[in-house]
Amino acid sequence: MKYLEAIGKYFIMVWEVFKKPTKWRIMKTLIFKEIDELIYGAMGIIIFISFFIGGVVTIQTALNLTNPLLPKSLIGFAARQSVILEFAPTFTSIIMAGKVGSYITSSIGTMRVTEQIDALEVMGINSLNYLVFPKIVSVMLYPFAVAISMFVGILGGWVAAVFGGFAPSGDFIQGLQMDFNAYHVTYALIKSVVFAFVIATVPSYHGYYMTGGALEVGKASTTSFVWTSVVIIILNYILTQLLLG
Amino acid sequence: MIEVENIHKSFGDNHVLKGISTQFEKGKTNLIIGQSGSGKTVFLKCLLGLFEPDEGNIYYNGECYSELSVKQRRNLRQEMGMVFQGSALFDSMTVEGNVMFPLDMFTNQSQSEKQDRVDFVLKRVNLVDAHKRYPAEISGGMQKRVAIARAIVMNPKYLFCDEPNSGLDPKTAMLIDNLIHEITQEYDITTVINTHDMNSVMEIGEKIIFLKNGFKEWQGSNKEIFKTDNKAVTDFVYSSELFKKVRQMYIEERN
Repeated sequence: MKYLEAIGKYFIMVWEVFKKPTKWRIMKTLIFKEIDELIYGAMGIIIFISFFIGGVVTIQTALNLTNPLLPKSLIGFAARQSVILEFAPTFTSIIMAGKVGSYITSSIGTMRVTEQIDALEVMGINSLNYLVFPKIVSVMLYPFAVAISMFVGILGGWVAAVFGGFAPSGDFIQGLQMDFNAYHVTYALIKSVVFAFVIATVPSYHGYYMTGGALEVGKASTTSFVWTSVVIIILNYILTQLLLG
Repeated sequence: MIEVENIHKSFGDNHVLKGISTQFEKGKTNLIIGQSGSGKTVFLKCLLGLFEPDEGNIYYNGECYSELSVKQRRNLRQEMGMVFQGSALFDSMTVEGNVMFPLDMFTNQSQSEKQDRVDFVLKRVNLVDAHKRYPAEISGGMQKRVAIARAIVMNPKYLFCDEPNSGLDPKTAMLIDNLIHEITQEYDITTVINTHDMNSVMEIGEKIIFLKNGFKEWQGSNKEIFKTDNKAVTDFVYSSELFKKVRQMYIEERN
């Protein structure tokens, strides 16, 4: 019952976010600020993780392809499929839920604790629109980050394959081009848009409706990370079934 | 003027406000006092429109809040200024940004007009050299003054303050009290202050409402509070030895 109530409250919050918009002149500034914080600020960790995940996937695939009859190009093929279909959109989203989600929950939660949200409401401002809408708009650029993650992940795989001596460059690139289906990239980008919405709204919900003091802000950040991850994993399953099944 | 008519407010089984009726007059400093848990904050939040009373009505210059449309309520909110207990300044903005915020949100004034207004109110609260500093870089007393400047920048008709001098030293607390009192008279605002501070009660309490267990136990002025025989009020107000002596002196002087 408690969970149903929370889900209902979450959807009401999302509805409220789009009501009574803040002046565009002010909103524009907020959106650019959030793009800087949520997307540009997360690029470093996304690139770092994607590069090494791509490398690890390649090494593990290579180590499991012991049969000499199997072509080395399969290493590139497996790396491409793993990175595009799963690692770039889903794994990166879980990382983002930790980095960006915690930031969103703690920043909104601190505003709640220090009565800054009450101050906005007293002024007659739709605090949900003012605080959450720019975050939703800015994370809509997240598919670009996922596209970069795909490129860097595959690059990491190529570096691991070639410099680790697992496959020659030509074979790896041939594997990357083998049976390429552009729809898989579209599928990954559709997933990333949905995950981006979750990453912006679920942590906002936990920050906005938190009660208590500084300790509770920390607890809310942890809870928000757990729930954002759970929602992403469930939606990942549903979207995969719907789009690829 | 704000008229409160028999308001009740409950949270689950907890009946916090039990039929409070009173009036807050224009151009006067009205104080709400009472022990912790007496319902002061809930009462103030009802006045601000942050909580909807379960029963009863609140009238702002004759207009019943519960009968106002969403747009009318939004417009009314823009006529209210609020000074929060912890100042509630926006951390990410400078002092100037905080004070200019309501002007940015609700007016179409030019940058120079807004700057003039910000300079004027900051000067009014005796803060002339803190424009570019962030809230974390200024003292508690200065933060309160910025909060007052932000609350009055839109020329509000109503000013609400939740324990405006909590956490301040006695001298700064007195300065804040006097500043609020002066602003109230200067701009003819209806000011409602929620306080625990007996110095505020004695200094600026033109009208005082004493709440106890969700009821309005007593109301009067800072002059009348010396004369009252209401035990709940005297127990609360004269709980310290200093105030007991002050009252004793007052009674002896009167006799």
